[in-house]
Amino acid sequence: MQLIQTNEVQKTLDQLIGKELYLHLETTNGAYANHNNESVLTVNAYIRNGKVTPLSGKIMGNGPYRVGLKIELGWIYAEGLTHWEIDTEGRLLMAGHDAEGRLAVALQLSSSPFDV
Amino acid sequence: MDDHLLVIFPHPDDEAFGVSGTIAQHTKKGLPVTYICLTLGQMGRNMGNPPFATRESLPLIRQKELEDACAAVGIQDLRQFGFRDKTVEFEDEKFLADQFLAVIEEVKPTRLITFYPGYSVHPDHEATARAVVRAVGSMPEMDRPELLCVAFAKNSEEDLGAPHVVTDISDVFEEKMNCIKAHRSQTQWLVESVDKDPAMLAWVKNERFWRYPL
Repeated sequence: MQLIQTNEVQKTLDQLIGKELYLHLETTNGAYANHNNESVLTVNAYIRNGKVTPLSGKIMGNGPYRVGLKIELGWIYAEGLTHWEIDTEGRLLMAGHDAEGRLAVALQLSSSPFDV
Repeated sequence: MDDHLLVIFPHPDDEAFGVSGTIAQHTKKGLPVTYICLTLGQMGRNMGNPPFATRESLPLIRQKELEDACAAVGIQDLRQFGFRDKTVEFEDEKFLADQFLAVIEEVKPTRLITFYPGYSVHPDHEATARAVVRAVGSMPEMDRPELLCVAFAKNSEEDLGAPHVVTDISDVFEEKMNCIKAHRSQTQWLVESVDKDPAMLAWVKNERFWRYPL
């Protein structure tokens, strides 16, 4: 992955508008968050292969970045994004990594389902 | 009869810290080890630092690391069950237990190592442990393998007492470290701290197990 360049990401988002896509959206502070520090709540959530059609999409902020995608009946939102790539299968992968390189948030869009 | 060791854990690297020395000692005697690994740890958040994995490339990276880790301690029979990380507790427990039982009946282990139910912190660990206990508990008493469990919840010693089996694995320390290092995407931090921290070194050199009362 590479550091986010907003103009490149925005161009990619623009190309996805109106298309039927598969969504992977995730946030995590690790399964051991509370084991390592009892004052922290362990929080992990993901949806894999939600089917969505974005009506519009924007990347905002000065880094780490936020992405908001408008869909017919609501929104998709992710904050803390730092890295991105278009992988060998043409999927848009965006992720937020903390100072130790650990993944904290991921927002991914693909025209075919993600592996399960 | 072969003295066969069966190890059942949900994630690549679960075997590395607490059990790989015991595994290496077993394979060094020329005895067989079967390792059932349920998932590929594909939802883990350690991606290397700087990150070299993505959410989508991580499963393949971890699969290769798992195979290398098994090679480091001489495991020849690795069974990958193909479940998804963080979902084991949502699978049907009897279905899992039956799958374990089929392998137990096939390889007829003398010893089985897994996590200790209630004392293994991660929901996948707990679900795996419960299903293993269910599988072994369903067997006639005389056919059951010795069931040894890894516990690392903070209250383990308080509730369970001192470990029933403590194995000094100094004679296979190198093999164990190679197993840990093979899980590169997950263990960079640990390898560094073993070199610096005497308490961590002592922890790596002694593997601790509790017998589960069936």
